[in-house]
Amino acid sequence: MDAIFLQILNGLDKGGAYALIALGLTIIFGALGVVNFAHGALFMLGAFVAVSVKAILSLEIVTLDPVNKTAWGTPVEIRLPYVEAWFGDYGAVLINYAVPISVLIAIPVMLLLGIAMERGLIKYFYKRPHAEQILVTFGLAIVVQEIIKSVYGANPIPQPAPDIAKGMIDFGILVGFEAGNVVYPAWRLIYFLFSAAVIAAVFSFLQFTTFGMVVRAGMADRETVGMLGIDIDRRFTIVFGMAAVVAGMAGVMYTPILSPDYHMGMDFLVLSFVVVVVGGMGSLGGAVAAGFLLGILQSFASMNEVKDIFPGIDQIIIYLIAVIILLVRPRGLMGRKGVMEH
Amino acid sequence: MMKKLSVNRRTVLKGTTAAAAGLAMPTFFSGAAHAGYTNEPKGGTVTFGFNVPQTGAYADEGADELRAYQLAVEHINGGGDGGMLNTFSSKALRGNGVNGKKVVFVTGDTQTKSDAARASAKRMIEKDGAVMITGGSSSGVAIAVQGLCQDAGVIFMAGLTHSNDTTGKDKRANGFRHFFNTEMSGAALGPVLKNAFGSDRTAYHLTADYTWGWSQEGSIKKYTEALGWKTQAAVRTPLGAGDFSQYITPVLNSGADVLVLNHYGRDMVNSLSQAVQFGLRDKQVNGKDFAIVVPLYSRLMAQGAGENVKGIFGSTNWHWSLQDAGSKAFVKSFGQKYGFPPSQAAHTTYCQAILYADACQRAGTFMPSGVGAALEGFKFDGMGNGPTEYRAEDHQCFKDVLVVKGKENPTSKFDVLEVVEVTPRAQVEYDAKMLGGNLGPYNNGS
Repeated sequence: MDAIFLQILNGLDKGGAYALIALGLTIIFGALGVVNFAHGALFMLGAFVAVSVKAILSLEIVTLDPVNKTAWGTPVEIRLPYVEAWFGDYGAVLINYAVPISVLIAIPVMLLLGIAMERGLIKYFYKRPHAEQILVTFGLAIVVQEIIKSVYGANPIPQPAPDIAKGMIDFGILVGFEAGNVVYPAWRLIYFLFSAAVIAAVFSFLQFTTFGMVVRAGMADRETVGMLGIDIDRRFTIVFGMAAVVAGMAGVMYTPILSPDYHMGMDFLVLSFVVVVVGGMGSLGGAVAAGFLLGILQSFASMNEVKDIFPGIDQIIIYLIAVIILLVRPRGLMGRKGVMEH
Repeated sequence: MMKKLSVNRRTVLKGTTAAAAGLAMPTFFSGAAHAGYTNEPKGGTVTFGFNVPQTGAYADEGADELRAYQLAVEHINGGGDGGMLNTFSSKALRGNGVNGKKVVFVTGDTQTKSDAARASAKRMIEKDGAVMITGGSSSGVAIAVQGLCQDAGVIFMAGLTHSNDTTGKDKRANGFRHFFNTEMSGAALGPVLKNAFGSDRTAYHLTADYTWGWSQEGSIKKYTEALGWKTQAAVRTPLGAGDFSQYITPVLNSGADVLVLNHYGRDMVNSLSQAVQFGLRDKQVNGKDFAIVVPLYSRLMAQGAGENVKGIFGSTNWHWSLQDAGSKAFVKSFGQKYGFPPSQAAHTTYCQAILYADACQRAGTFMPSGVGAALEGFKFDGMGNGPTEYRAEDHQCFKDVLVVKGKENPTSKFDVLEVVEVTPRAQVEYDAKMLGGNLGPYNNGS
């Protein structure tokens, strides 16, 4: 029983990442009608905002040791981060909290990147066939990842969580398990709560603000909203920026879980598209529900008891479920009639 | 009516030509009786082909291999400080190229994909005239390129490849490996693990699902079970899984007290970091401290796991902190040129380039069968691994193996591993027949 509970927790934190990426994808698809294969790259760019912030906070004063030499004969470098030299212990705290600080910095950075991407490239493809949108956004994703690789290299770059969130939480005690049986990394629980909060914020924004109402109306019928004299294009630019912020924040918060490298966006992209299709193209609720559902199923499929019965099931479960759901419900779990059907 | 047999000059010529061609056919294809060989250098230069990952997840390791090759070429041609040529026991190379020819090189990108690696090797052989191919960062790639080089009639000096199969069931006469293998890692790690953790242990393996992972899992199981350890489970994980947490959560309450991560590169960085995240390094099971083992360490990759490597045991082919004359000469030469110490990938590829050049010089030819004969059974020293031998039976180098541990107090970002034991060569040596395979004859091509 504790093993099942652990896998549910695992599925929830994994599903949180899927849901956040799929949510952005669905907003862009629903509002702009664009199939954005560069969305994984936005997730990766968010992660590299964290890498950059950490790198900036860790910029060091380098002095040469007059006595000691390296193995190749040059003087040993003594390094001290500027923030520690300037602010003492507070500087060390800043470096320790680099990831949470990066979330705040990622918001304006990703908003600007998203707006630049939409104004600079995506808007020219609104009326083009989906195949062309896929080609151009996929190409963009490859360009972005190669740029990141040339700047940061190909190896993963570790981004530790703040010390306070590095430990484990005995989650089992809270729900009646014996002490020590369901312990789970604190940061992963934080990630799940973070993703739930972001999802709630996005839904609230779309549901309870005038801006959100216009966007939802635009998602339903773009032409009519335009005829009402509303500049829907400008709003859609902001929507694209918002989706980029969601993906970017998801990427930043994921860095202590998975050391970021240039390829991490592609790893998530394919899965997230499956999530969107399973949830139903254009359905925000469907994307979130499918994200968590597939995350949990993927975790269960990796249990040894399940793999003993169906060897290799862990590697195909997502696609198997996608096939089954699409056979039973061709529009996905919560898909709307008429979306992607013409 | 009887058909009349007519013999004239034309039919005799046709017949003898056909017979001559038929008789010559087998030896032509095997190349054994042919004087020439593939890409025999005619001018004042000889071309080496460096086939390394320049894109993809192993691009950084590939870049380090390329740096080492460039350094090796510089030293062979008499440039720089000579590096390990000064400490190498063979003094055949004199800093004036090989067999009087200056060494030049071409490069290919393996992308760590077998088909791409074969295509780039083929291009270097057919278009660029490479007489030897070397490099790579994966066993799958090494085995694929080794087969291609055998068919093309050029020597393959393997780069970083650790699977037993490269010089086991998939060995080829034209292929040579300096790097160690999973069998040696198991033999070296076994006694160290016993000393550190005792004989009463239960291991749980997570294994990358491809040739190297299976090979590594088999070797570690063999040697740890011989110590009395039990194997709780051996779970295969997809290559490049990224998040391994769904495979790690079942370990938590499995009753196992050792986790063996048969992962390399990015998979190793991720699975190790996540195992530490899940508290496995600080956990107590069955009244014992939980242990994590990474059988094949790469310092370059370990940097990606950051502080998570602290205290974790593994094995490595070479480490820049070694204090023998060869290692010091190489670190000095590499560090002065590039500003940081070389990785084990850089070391093995540098050695392979020098060993090949030296063999050609001693043989007085670049013909694969001649070079191979010079490498087979060749005993040498001064290349950073102590006394070493290229075993004739399987073209595998035998030398001491390093058991390392993640350093508790690193002094720099390169200082992540410490050598805890140098396992003597005798302890990791095995019968060549054990891993199967057949070298077959050399192919000199045409």
